[in-house]
Amino acid sequence: MIEATLLTKVFHDRRKGEIRGADAVSFHVEPGRIYGLLGANGAGKTTTLRMLATLLRPTSGSAVVAGHDVAREPDKVRADVGFLAASTALYARLTAREMIAYFGRLNGLDEPSLRLRLRTLADELDMHEFLDRRCDKLSTGMKQKTSIARTLVHDPQVMIFDEPTLGLDVMTARSIIRFVRECRGRGKTVLYSTHVMSEAEKLCDTIGIIHAGRLMAEGTLADLRASTGCADLEECFIKIVSPGEPG
Amino acid sequence: MSWRTIGTIYAKELRDSLRDRRTLLSTIVIPTFVMPALVMGVGKVASTVVSRAREEIPRVMVIGGADSPGIRAELEKSGRFKVEAASADWRSLISEKRVRAAAEIPAGFEQALEAGSAPAVTLYDYEGELKSGLAVEQLRNFFVGLRDRAIARLLKARGLPPTIARPFELEQANVAPPEKIGGNLLGGIVPYLIILLCFMGAMNPAMDLTAGEKERGTMETLLCCPASRTDIVLGKFCMVLTGSLIAVVCSLVSMGITLTVVGASFVGGRPVPAGPAGAALSIDPAGILGVLAMVIPVAVLFSAILFTVSLFAKSFKEAQSYTAPLVFIVIIPAIIGILPGIDLNFRLALFPILNISLVCKEMLSGVWHWGYIAVIFGSTALYAAVALSLSVMMFRREDVIFRT
Repeated sequence: MIEATLLTKVFHDRRKGEIRGADAVSFHVEPGRIYGLLGANGAGKTTTLRMLATLLRPTSGSAVVAGHDVAREPDKVRADVGFLAASTALYARLTAREMIAYFGRLNGLDEPSLRLRLRTLADELDMHEFLDRRCDKLSTGMKQKTSIARTLVHDPQVMIFDEPTLGLDVMTARSIIRFVRECRGRGKTVLYSTHVMSEAEKLCDTIGIIHAGRLMAEGTLADLRASTGCADLEECFIKIVSPGEPG
Repeated sequence: MSWRTIGTIYAKELRDSLRDRRTLLSTIVIPTFVMPALVMGVGKVASTVVSRAREEIPRVMVIGGADSPGIRAELEKSGRFKVEAASADWRSLISEKRVRAAAEIPAGFEQALEAGSAPAVTLYDYEGELKSGLAVEQLRNFFVGLRDRAIARLLKARGLPPTIARPFELEQANVAPPEKIGGNLLGGIVPYLIILLCFMGAMNPAMDLTAGEKERGTMETLLCCPASRTDIVLGKFCMVLTGSLIAVVCSLVSMGITLTVVGASFVGGRPVPAGPAGAALSIDPAGILGVLAMVIPVAVLFSAILFTVSLFAKSFKEAQSYTAPLVFIVIIPAIIGILPGIDLNFRLALFPILNISLVCKEMLSGVWHWGYIAVIFGSTALYAAVALSLSVMMFRREDVIFRT
């Protein structure tokens, strides 16, 4: 489960002064559900997700992820979270097997468990053909599968996806979407950030619209349609983040 | 802190670095092949140039002395000089290297010599020019010989024994064993090279494991795992340190082998004098071990500094622009350390890099100041610990790790 309460992150910039990357963001995600964080570039999605994955420390507010407080027990949070983002790359000089094994070891798996887990993941993701190929020699789809295996190697309870389909072709993006659904099917708590409306529509049980660091609205797709009176998610989004704009 | 996690990170970084051509080049290939080749190459060239210059019969000029034809005739007869006809522009001829040196003979020189008065001969050369220096040295030897013969003749004429002008002979003999001579000769250049290679060996891994990872997006991937920041820094730092130490070991082993196999008669452009040292130039193995031991805290210091500086950069290229100027900060004290006349004292023993350069020079020449060695090892270890703590602090800073 994820429980974020008034999560705030303030950055200090010499020229721009104080920047509120996330401003009192509160939401919760239940196991077996996908929560979509929808927002434009620079809206505060990545900052919020990084705080939940303990890559950034919140300036104020709190969050509990998989039963652990992000500020007090960051190591335990990371042990129960799988974080996949467009910015989380693979080690080019390692093979896919070495990459997955490395993160398995860092997550405390012993060698027999690691071997078993590697075999299971390679079966599930159909990776046997390229498991011993260096990551810099893999196709985009193969790289994405390796990244997924890396996030799943320790079988985390919570999955956080930060724009995972960014820059991917349609086929690879579809496999990611399928994988996110499978995570929900396995009862994992899923937090998914995107600026692609169609992805949020297809995938998310609950959608939170974030703008300028603030969570502006939250609910199911039906809730958002009802509250805005718009049929389309894109129109709902525009109405919520820029009320003055014509739909 | 988990040693298992540090070990896992270190093993991965080692495997990764062994597949990185840039790291292999800077930590193994350059220290093993290029540096000794460079040192020996420069030595060979210098040695060849000096011996060719020595073999050359210099063109010299005699200015004045028209009434002393014997001097000119003796100079020509010696076969050691090509005596050119006197010319008014002899100064420019020396500057243009058409004549190497000149001797100005005063009027009535031979007569004055017979009379026993002391006429002055002036020798001219172009200071700093090798062949001119060698020519003037030969002229000096010629005139010293002439003077000795004149003394002997004058003494004989007065019925006095020749020993009256040379009451005793002065001889010089070496007592230092070959390895000490080798240590003294190499003592200057070896610490300088080791300090430089120790730094260069750490440079590429430090940049690749910090700024390189940020640039490639793998730093964020790594930060998602449960390993603590301290463990990540220590695992990566151990790899940077390994790079530094491998560079030093490769360079020492390679230089040792080269000296043994080639039996070098030249080192660093400085010809080794003939005799036991020239025949078998070697260094006391204890000196080498001492240097290796002293290099460890320096390698830690360099690795931590390079790690911290590179961590601040957003990309490998930016890291290069930060670390390149540091080479000069390292080279300057290392060079000061090899200058003659700078001796180790308590204040210099606290001065990083310079202290190592000085103490290594002493150890290689067989001098062991245990007090200074302890102070230098301790102070360098302390600086290294401070630098390493700074690395951990920097790694915990979000504005450094996620600097965009």
